Amino acid sequence: MALNPTPGLPPFEYIKPASLAEASAFLAEHAGEARPFMGGTDTFVRMRDKAWHDKFVVDVKNLEGMRNITFDPQNGLTIGAAVNMNQVAASPFAQEHYPLLVEAARSVASYQLRSRATIVGNICNASPAGDTLGASILLGGVLHVYGVDGERDEPLSEFFHGPGKTNLKPGDIATAVHFPLPPADAVGRYIKLNRNNDGDLAIVGVTVLGYPDSATASGFRFKIALASVAPVPLIATAAEDILANSPITDDTITAAAQAAMDASTPISDTRGSAEYRKLMVRNLVKRAVSDVWGKLQG
Amino acid sequence: MAHHTITLTVNGETEVVTVPAHMTLLEMIREELALTGTKNGCASGECGACTVLFNGEPVNSCMVLAVEADGATVTTVEGLAHDHQLDPLQEAFVESGAVQCGFCTPGMLISSKALLLRAPNPSDDEIREALVGNLCRCTGYVRIVDGVKKAVKIAAQSEE
Ligand SMILES: Cc1cc2nc3c(=O)[nH]c(=O)nc-3n(C[C@H](O)[C@H](O)[C@H](O)COP(=O)(O)OP(=O)(O)OC[C@H]3O[C@@H](n4cnc5c(N)ncnc54)[C@H](O)[C@@H]3O)c2cc1C
Ligand code: FES
Ligand code: FES
Repeated sequence: MALNPTPGLPPFEYIKPASLAEASAFLAEHAGEARPFMGGTDTFVRMRDKAWHDKFVVDVKNLEGMRNITFDPQNGLTIGAAVNMNQVAASPFAQEHYPLLVEAARSVASYQLRSRATIVGNICNASPAGDTLGASILLGGVLHVYGVDGERDEPLSEFFHGPGKTNLKPGDIATAVHFPLPPADAVGRYIKLNRNNDGDLAIVGVTVLGYPDSATASGFRFKIALASVAPVPLIATAAEDILANSPITDDTITAAAQAAMDASTPISDTRGSAEYRKLMVRNLVKRAVSDVWGKLQG
Repeated sequence: MAHHTITLTVNGETEVVTVPAHMTLLEMIREELALTGTKNGCASGECGACTVLFNGEPVNSCMVLAVEADGATVTTVEGLAHDHQLDPLQEAFVESGAVQCGFCTPGMLISSKALLLRAPNPSDDEIREALVGNLCRCTGYVRIVDGVKKAVKIAAQSEE
């Protein structure tokens, strides 16, 4: 057999519905053999690798509103599902109010991949390595979903259940992701550890959002999400509590970093061993929290 | 298996092509339109050899379905030169020795073109960042970055 290192895609049908209702009905009727796609950067790779065997790919990115990105000074930012990552990174609203999301989006793959890849696709794909998941959760993101029973909102803090497993059901189409206004004076940081800068997935990803909060003993609230160290994006709650309950000092930050490490349950794979990942969680949480803390102090 | 007849503009020419749903834009460009400048290196979005401008933005054409290009405007490396005149980037790549085996070159040129369209005078960091998704196994990248910088100068001179 001839070796073909770059095989084409397996045969499938391409469906372009005229409305969300039509798309949703089609997807529900063909549950298990049809999937919606945005940029297709996960979908086509998985199909080529024969990990996914869908008979139908359903192109919903041209439906109304899917490509809109809007900002409302009272309510926040709404990113249509088909808005690509470069468009998010270039949005003046995102840059001004959600720099953490921009930083996370810019860390994904390469410029040309980001002109197809979407944040909503990253979210729906639910890979624990997804770079924009941490920022999306910490910023209070809510997915707008159109399903067979109508529209609903899915808070991202409760959306992920395992690699590729989410609250989405057959017939569901995410139409947008919405972010409320971030807390006043919030500072964010995303540190991605990867083997190289060329579209490599995170070995470990650390997202931190910090802001003044008069309700905590330390006067600050830090939120921490970890990528690639658990089956879902991991919220390091024990570390968050340490940073809320004690005055922020080097020792507090070190203790929080240790707590984040202890909470991580990574696997070993070609990108890194579990032990290495855990140590990197500790080091990078320390670095990210210190960065954010430095900026919070002005 | 359903086929789709699509109409698109490639390098300024209107093309009408009938394609199966699972054909990629890369396959269509190479096999149906016989524009073999665009290369297939990995067919999985990693190497950038297949980069083309899709409605003005660079994409990995191996990651786009041909049917999605219905109504689109596509520019491949063959569309960079005009009136027997190389694009300043092509001229600069030749002068800088940015081409060795040449396999990565079409993608490098398209990514660089896209960069100069959005940032006409990029910094070194911006050039490197824009070319992150274009792998080269020959040059070591230095001459490619030099080539992009030289193209900026050539373009500026021709405007004077
Ligand atoms: C070379 C390469 C490098 C990569 N590097 C990175 C990286 O550095 N970081 C990273 O996080 N990811 C990376 N990825 C993965 C991928 O690019 C991202 O996950 C991207 O955000 C997916 O977005 P998409 O729009 O292309 O998704 P698609 O492939 O279109 O969809 C992904 C999944 O979500 C579902 N889906 C998509 N849209 C919807 C919707 N509207 N409603 C319901 N379900 C939907 C699809 O059915 C599918 O299951 C890389 C991929 C490649 C090929
Ligand atoms: S062939 Fe498309 S990125 Fe390699
Ligand atoms: S010149 Fe050979 S791969 Fe770049």
